[in-house]
Amino acid sequence: MSKSYILKGGSLPNGTKSDIAIKDGLISAIGTSLDANGSKIFDITNCVVLPGLVDLHTHLREPGREDSETVLSGSRAAVKGGFTAISAMANTSPVADTAGVVEQVFRLGQEAGLCDVFPVGAVTQGLEGEKLSEMGAMANSIARVRVFSDDGHCVSDPLVMRRALEYVKQFGGVIAQHAQEPRLTVGSQMNEGIVSAKLGLKGWPAIAEESIIARDVLIAEHVSSRLHICHVTTAGGVEIIRWAKARGIDVTAEVTPHHLLLTDDLASSYDPIYKVNPPLRTQKDVMALREALAEGIIDIVATDHAPHPAETKECEWQEASFGMLGLETALSIVMQTMVDTGLMKWEQVADRLSIAPARIGGYSDHGQEISVGKSAHLSVINPTASWRVDRDLVASRSRNTPFHGMEFPGVVTHTFFKGVKR
Amino acid sequence: MRHLLSISDLSKDEAVLILDTAIEMARASDGPMKKLPTLRGRTIVNLFAEDSTRTRISFEAAAKRLSADVINFGAKGSSLSKGESLKDTALTLQAMGADAVIIRHGASGAPVRLADSAWMSGSVINAGDGTHEHPSQALLDAFTIRKHCTKSGGDLAGLRIGIVGDVLHSRVARSNVLLLSLLGANVTLIAPPTLLPFGVESWPVDISYDFDSVLPSLDAVMMLRVQQERMSDLFFPNAREYSRYFGLNRDRMLTMKPNSIVMHPGPMNRGLEITADVADSARSVIVEQVSNGVSVRMAILYLLLAGAPTQIGANS
Repeated sequence: MSKSYILKGGSLPNGTKSDIAIKDGLISAIGTSLDANGSKIFDITNCVVLPGLVDLHTHLREPGREDSETVLSGSRAAVKGGFTAISAMANTSPVADTAGVVEQVFRLGQEAGLCDVFPVGAVTQGLEGEKLSEMGAMANSIARVRVFSDDGHCVSDPLVMRRALEYVKQFGGVIAQHAQEPRLTVGSQMNEGIVSAKLGLKGWPAIAEESIIARDVLIAEHVSSRLHICHVTTAGGVEIIRWAKARGIDVTAEVTPHHLLLTDDLASSYDPIYKVNPPLRTQKDVMALREALAEGIIDIVATDHAPHPAETKECEWQEASFGMLGLETALSIVMQTMVDTGLMKWEQVADRLSIAPARIGGYSDHGQEISVGKSAHLSVINPTASWRVDRDLVASRSRNTPFHGMEFPGVVTHTFFKGVKR
Repeated sequence: MRHLLSISDLSKDEAVLILDTAIEMARASDGPMKKLPTLRGRTIVNLFAEDSTRTRISFEAAAKRLSADVINFGAKGSSLSKGESLKDTALTLQAMGADAVIIRHGASGAPVRLADSAWMSGSVINAGDGTHEHPSQALLDAFTIRKHCTKSGGDLAGLRIGIVGDVLHSRVARSNVLLLSLLGANVTLIAPPTLLPFGVESWPVDISYDFDSVLPSLDAVMMLRVQQERMSDLFFPNAREYSRYFGLNRDRMLTMKPNSIVMHPGPMNRGLEITADVADSARSVIVEQVSNGVSVRMAILYLLLAGAPTQIGANS
């Protein structure tokens, strides 16, 4: 770890042109014309340096579905996308609902060594929504779990949700809710609207998401706990969160890159590459999500990276799995939808993709302002370059990207984790 | 065109061409030589992943009258029942040299997947997919309406047609809404609000919850099958209440215009959406729909496979 580097010619998120020196895993100097002094020099002219990106919502599939993704392959995809910390969702097999499983995933992350892998613990045993999992044991394990989620399933029983929100207060935890009223979404396939009616695919109404968000912000207020809403997709959901924040409720929210870009009319091809939970919504929702992210009503971007093997996507829509890859394309999509549109500057990108998610997850070594003495977790992006997504060239073990063939601005040129280029 | 997947792929001229061709086919079938040599040597696969009697037999009869070789491939007792994927089934059919696949499938969009994938190169004909579309049914319905309710053929301009019942889950309704409005008819959907799709306001139709107020103005009324599983799914309180407000019985039929017709795509639930005396009445063209189906499907196969003078769907 005694490697030293100088990043030369780039800009900090606030636009200041500055060189950055890295030594022994830390940022050792920031300024112009830094003395090389034997350091390896990276010319990053035209590039922007961001604090290493932090994903609060990643499916790594290990243990159980190593054919789709492993902690190692997911870590590689993360690094390629500029992430230095990712959060392994609990819906593995076995479910991450005990200290044993979260410690296993944590250790696999350490062994991969490419970025930090923070396990998310299940809220309920087996994700069944009935009995609380041993959240205390997971919080006190070497994995130090602080984010708990049944993601993939909604904690739909209001009493279970109340108890979970209360219980995690003792160790400063947060419940990340997958907001999906199950009775309103039995067999649902895509956003309920004009397109679903035409295609004859069972609708997934926006109210199924919004009614849970509304309920849970009220519960969080009542028990004075901390709630995080996973993957918000609807304009109505944004309005409820806006209301809750104005009221002082301790709620945060995320949006995925795909919900910032894609809409439900893509389902017209019946190609399940566009099948995702929660579903793609309408252009009106997309615009509301972008504005909410710029405004900070939605706090962060999280990928919901969901690898699936080919056979679960090369089939009929209703038979296919929900989910799409996200790690390798996230930053470019944010640049296209938020920066190039003038809605956000790079300083806000640093906040929404690094500083805020690290704060929500309690990942104290990540999401720091770029300053001397901090851990050198850094992502370098060249906004003047563009690239074309090729599903055959992804670092992930799966190829289910809906962005295949699309050209995006912004190339991640370097990812530094603990001061080393990965 | 290479495929028939959705009515939305057809232009008005193409739809009329299919109906006109069907008249020729019906005429030929009535002649002394029922069989035409048009598709001799062509292989057509009937891929029915979902149970069906009338549509499968109708397509089979149509293909055989055009002298095609027909292979029936059903759900039961085939690789489909062993969990073979749509992709592998398609690759198999391709390897066997199928010129066309007629597919009935429980999943909406399965025919589109088959046609758009690189899995097979033959024509794909949608014989009903999930709750999406059933284009050949709509074409035979339009053929039947045209025969009974217009004087000169042509389109269906000015006709008033009601579609009654479970529009939400009906592929017949979706295809008919598109086709009948394409042909100039005024379509009214009549159903309880629970059985209309969210967003139906964007469809080119009128909506009514009141069967009795609409029925006397209709030239044709199309009754949709109510499936048993809807009963337990809160769409309406029970079968009796459904029949009371949305079933076609003798008293209601007496309010219909002279020469107006009663249709049903089958299979019927006698006593639920339609009473036996209506189904068997002089206004009922339900049995005739079946025989028209063969002529219309002959026209579809002919236009898709025989290198017909005008390529239908060329603009889609």
